[in-house]
Amino acid sequence: MSKPNWKLEKVATTTLALAGNPNSGKTTLFNAITGSRQHVGNYPGITVERKEGTINIKNARVKLIDLPGTYSLSAYSEEELVARNYLIDEKPDVVIDIIDATMLERHLYLTVQFLELGIPVILALNMMDDVKKQGLRIDVSQLSNLLKCPIVETIARTGKGKQELIEVALKHAQEQGNSWKPLKISYGSDIDLALDDMIEIILENEFMTERYPARWIALKFIENDREIISIGKQTSNVADQLLTIVEETKHHCLRTLNIPPEAIIADYRYGFINSILKQNIMIQEKSRHERIALTTKLDKLLVHRYLGPMIMIAVLYSMFQITFTFGEIPMGWLESFFGWISATVTTIVPEGLLQSLLVSGIIDGVGGVMGFVPLIAIMFLMISFLEDSGYMARVAYMLDRILRIFGLHGYSAMPFIISGGIAGGCAVPGVMATRTLKSPKEKLATLLTAPFMPCGAKLPVFLLLIAAFFSEYKAQMMFSITLLAWIMALLVAKLVRSTIIKGESTPFIMELPPYRLPTARGIFIHTWERTWQYIKKAGTVILAVSILLWAAMTFPGLPEQEINQFEDARQVLHSTISDSTELEQAIIKIDNRQGQSALRYSIAGKIGTSLEPLSQLAGFDWRTNIALVGGFAAKEVIVSTFGTAYSLGDVDPEAAETLSSRIAADKSWNKFTALAMIVFVLLYAPCVVTVVATAKESSWRWAIFALVFNTLLGFGIAVAIYQVGTKLFM
Amino acid sequence: MSISLRQIASGARAKIVSVTAEGEIGRRLRDMGLSPGTEVEVLGRAPLKDPVSIRLKNYTLTLRNNEADFITVECLES
Repeated sequence: MSKPNWKLEKVATTTLALAGNPNSGKTTLFNAITGSRQHVGNYPGITVERKEGTINIKNARVKLIDLPGTYSLSAYSEEELVARNYLIDEKPDVVIDIIDATMLERHLYLTVQFLELGIPVILALNMMDDVKKQGLRIDVSQLSNLLKCPIVETIARTGKGKQELIEVALKHAQEQGNSWKPLKISYGSDIDLALDDMIEIILENEFMTERYPARWIALKFIENDREIISIGKQTSNVADQLLTIVEETKHHCLRTLNIPPEAIIADYRYGFINSILKQNIMIQEKSRHERIALTTKLDKLLVHRYLGPMIMIAVLYSMFQITFTFGEIPMGWLESFFGWISATVTTIVPEGLLQSLLVSGIIDGVGGVMGFVPLIAIMFLMISFLEDSGYMARVAYMLDRILRIFGLHGYSAMPFIISGGIAGGCAVPGVMATRTLKSPKEKLATLLTAPFMPCGAKLPVFLLLIAAFFSEYKAQMMFSITLLAWIMALLVAKLVRSTIIKGESTPFIMELPPYRLPTARGIFIHTWERTWQYIKKAGTVILAVSILLWAAMTFPGLPEQEINQFEDARQVLHSTISDSTELEQAIIKIDNRQGQSALRYSIAGKIGTSLEPLSQLAGFDWRTNIALVGGFAAKEVIVSTFGTAYSLGDVDPEAAETLSSRIAADKSWNKFTALAMIVFVLLYAPCVVTVVATAKESSWRWAIFALVFNTLLGFGIAVAIYQVGTKLFM
Repeated sequence: MSISLRQIASGARAKIVSVTAEGEIGRRLRDMGLSPGTEVEVLGRAPLKDPVSIRLKNYTLTLRNNEADFITVECLES
């Protein structure tokens, strides 16, 4: 193998990096090659994920890296930087450049940049089936000769050519022996001369040459590459010498041609590509038809000026419908499953603190969250379908103009929708989806407002309160809540974009990929990855929080004196009531009263009570406070805490009906308390996991800002609703 | 006659004369294949007349009107 066997491994590992434009079928190919043996890993410190998979072929071990999709190797987006720095710093043995063969010209633009970097490259000419359908023929051997790199034809969707691709890549790795041979393209005399001068200076001073090829450094300086120039400036003052040459060249180019050097370089790259393609590489054999024609036809309808938005609303609405219709069935199964575990543990473990911890703390807490897994999975399944089919790009296209009014971007639509923009999402993957936003300002505005969306964890709270106070208007209420979330998100986005994160909007230059029927495997892998994130959250954060909350609500126990008082009361009942059912009910009442007193006496109860003077402004009592504080850990906790706080005791805590009727009957609740609570839950601090994800995507400063700002905003509006409502209408 | 891509009607074809943008926008436009000499067809516009979708190099690209302003084209007979 090409790499020295420096690790204590029996077989050497060859590293292959998959790179290519977005929508080139890169991930599909990655999944096809690695199959179920893949290992998906998040890399700490890198905000844009890259996936890694290992396969064993014959006696070789192959590590496959799926780099983020990029159009170029400039330094304008995080994806580009991650891909570029990976290639430069970790030097994979071979880059497999995946190309949509139907768009050879544009995709080769990235290839040329790999060749200029000098890293060993092989091409995977993907979507060869589409090439045939479009009546095109590609002279692959001629193209391979001209580009001087091996080419393999593939169809990622069916896995055709994957075996050959890996074999050719391994062979190429062996032949190249990790030596980089940068391609030299002429960029016209002006730039070529400047490059020569600069290369001389770079080599003389060994300026950054241990990391980058000399010509490439010079090229990046002329291309005005922010990253390379800033690293260069930190390295030595050779950078200033180079920049002087760059300035002169720029002036000269602008004076004589009125084109900046970076544009000249791009033009010459396309010129290089065209000089190759002109040599009869692509031959139109038959007239084009099928997919492209289909995409054009579909787009006439789906992005039509009037029909387009209507279809979009219908699609999003039916997603919501399908999620709830089909999600309820497995949700019921899971609920009974956790109910069964709960019952089993209750019989096995003797009554006491341990039983209480296991049942009320762990099983109820984690079970409550796991109950939502089917709902979340179905929703992710549909979102993955929309993404992979190409429709999401159309949604961004149609919504860009509206979102721009509020300082957002067409790409903001996706994070909003995933976070629960059609009810039932999750802000964690939603926040992660903001990665597609290139501008930090629009990304930040999206990050701060996406958690307003009614995520799957907030839904049970809404359903509970709607059932208690607005049962005649279920659908209307849910719709209004979703609408309110959007309005608040847009208004707050506008507010922050015109105050603390002011700035120009970033370009919206986006490819509309051809419609494709997504592969089942691709969708399932996508869905599984996202659902797994959610399950992991249930297993870790929510488990910890449930235990913590349980402890806060259990300790310290009631003082002996009070326990004795309740015990005495029971004794009195035993001696006065003879009818057994009547006695049982009376005892339950006492048990509930004791439960409630114990809760009030606990740490959580004390916190809830101490917040009461403030929270009363919005009509929230100490029990609501406990639930809301717990809800900061995870919104799922709100309903389960309510269950405990309203001391349902041994009455089935799973039955939301009972809980909602209990709340409806409680004197401290009215319609306006419920409304205030709904709005507060909708808007207040994102859950811990979302806050952590937000910090990862931006910084802790902004994550904490979201926490404080959203809570104040939510509370302000809740107070207004409660005060105005109760003063005017009651 | 050279005009901006913004002014091209839906369904019409044009050939790119120059892309005058510098910096990020310029880079992104060029990355997407908008180079002089390229033929483009305006497919249509989004519901609020912005962004615009165009077809070039056998694929579909969308961009906002104020980005299309950087692209000078000459009309082609359709």
